[in-house]
Amino acid sequence: MPDGDKKLDAKARYSAGVLEYKKMGYWEPDYSPKDTDVIALFRITPQDGVDPIEAAAAVAGESSTATWTVVWTDRLTACEKYRAKAYRVDPTPNNPNEYFAYIAYELDLFEPGSIANLTASIIGNVFGFKPLKALRLEDMRLPVAYVKTFQGPATGIVVERERLNCYGRPLLGATVKPKLGLSGRNYGRVVYEALKGGLDFTKDDENINSQPFMHWRDRFLYCMEAVNRASAATGEVKGTYLNVTAGTMEEMYKRAEFAKELGSVIIMIDLVIGYTAIQSMAKWARDNDMILHLHRAGHGTYTRQKTHGVSFRVIAKWMRLAGVDHIHAGTVVGKLEGDPATTKGYYDICREEQNSVSLETGVFFDQDWASLNKVMPVASGGIHAGQMHQLIHYLGEDVVLQFGGGTIGHPQGIAAGATANRVALEAMVYARNAGRDYLAEGPTILAEAAKTCTPLREALDIWKDVTFDYASTDAPDFVPTTSVS
Amino acid sequence: MRVTQGTFSFLPDFTDQQIHEQVQYCIDNGWAVSIEYTDDPHPRNTYWEMWGHPMFDNPDAAAVVYELNECRKVYGSYYIRIIAFDSSPGWESIRLSFIVNRPAEEPGFKLSRTEVKGRNIQYSITPYSSDKPQGSRYK
Repeated sequence: MPDGDKKLDAKARYSAGVLEYKKMGYWEPDYSPKDTDVIALFRITPQDGVDPIEAAAAVAGESSTATWTVVWTDRLTACEKYRAKAYRVDPTPNNPNEYFAYIAYELDLFEPGSIANLTASIIGNVFGFKPLKALRLEDMRLPVAYVKTFQGPATGIVVERERLNCYGRPLLGATVKPKLGLSGRNYGRVVYEALKGGLDFTKDDENINSQPFMHWRDRFLYCMEAVNRASAATGEVKGTYLNVTAGTMEEMYKRAEFAKELGSVIIMIDLVIGYTAIQSMAKWARDNDMILHLHRAGHGTYTRQKTHGVSFRVIAKWMRLAGVDHIHAGTVVGKLEGDPATTKGYYDICREEQNSVSLETGVFFDQDWASLNKVMPVASGGIHAGQMHQLIHYLGEDVVLQFGGGTIGHPQGIAAGATANRVALEAMVYARNAGRDYLAEGPTILAEAAKTCTPLREALDIWKDVTFDYASTDAPDFVPTTSVS
Repeated sequence: MRVTQGTFSFLPDFTDQQIHEQVQYCIDNGWAVSIEYTDDPHPRNTYWEMWGHPMFDNPDAAAVVYELNECRKVYGSYYIRIIAFDSSPGWESIRLSFIVNRPAEEPGFKLSRTEVKGRNIQYSITPYSSDKPQGSRYK
């Protein structure tokens, strides 16, 4: 290590004045993180001329105990313990101006069971710090001791399936469209047709709350009429995500209570209500046997660009801790951003008992979820029945596939659209279980199923050429290479 | 109407060969397969009657298909389903569940509405068949 990077003795360290962060103890290349440390991985882009190690130390400092100048009051504390420690800085594989900085945080820096407290440190002041051009939180390792302070998903994948009596296949949903403007009565019509036709769920969109064209009670009442009618028509448990997002917690609790009173199996919230509100609703959902759906409204403002913000894999981890049961996590093949490998990383974070390091899917740490329930990922946005083989291949079985336009836009109507999706799904799962190479033979399998299902035939005809093939803005940095032996 | 509970109710009814394929898939995954029957298809009727225990340690789907046909001899006018249990940590529940036998006629469900205050309606779903005593619902 160059002399300039070394820590100073106490006298030099605490002399009044301004000191480089790396000399203040925020850069400890020999530090070996404890099992109980929270670890954050940042992608840092230093301003021109700023040493990356100093930048990493500054991030550690500003996200833990430091301020811009030396303060003697540090010496009244066990400051060595409370300082976050940057312990590793690696160049990124593809961009000479960006670096991966690993920073370890002592567990006592964080209040148990509070995402708000965690994020106030980790993504607090530090993101506006001038010596950095850009900063992105790529991943976090959450120690088991800390994970155990959170409730986790109110219901979890297994119990959700048990409550819905639905096993062995992805769940099917649709978002009611048009997303704004329908009256309660018209809205319920879409719900009824879609559920009767074969979907398990319908969904309010993120911005359906209580507006002049449809107030919330009206929507809830008509939707539950539709749900119960569809249940009687099919013998299946059906649900509709009643969005309880509102301006205050009091109002959200009120709407959630009404959803419960009406017998809904599921309610919904938006990410924009904030971490504390999400944790409160998760607690309510656990207390009231309610599945809690989270729409990730707003995340694209900070997750999408690769150099700055917070990766969605981190948001997914926080939401698993916070306790939601469903989270929109990408479709791979649909209309919204989603590189296949990166999306797989998000799904693994939602569904696995333990994550292993997997750089090719953007997962930088082993993560033990300590028996916290699993989150059901939701794939929504520009998907249709003709992609069923790809959807199952990329997203697996424990996922909600949401076909909004792909249900409601069907030429024979909403129920036919729902039936097309359900038949395509069951045919593909059947073929997979029977040992067929369903990814390669997908179109053939769908065509065979369509022989006895006209709605599927029409869906395949109308949407056969629809793809959304654009370059991803958030692909992993590391690509596996085949070794030659 | 057609009760569409289970993984494959939207496909044409399976042949025994198709059932065999799906059961073998479950067995190969290490899941215990069992057979259950009922004459109460209410969506929240969780506990169908068990046709024996789950067939732990059975390596051959043919044994399940054999038992299914034995069950059909007695309960051929009932709903019969195949269920696969996964005892792995973190799951410990059902992995696949599909109907393999159903009554010749399925009369469906009655939806009852009780109007309560605030425009609220309390709903109740009852299979038409359950008006009759258990055992004499489907003939």
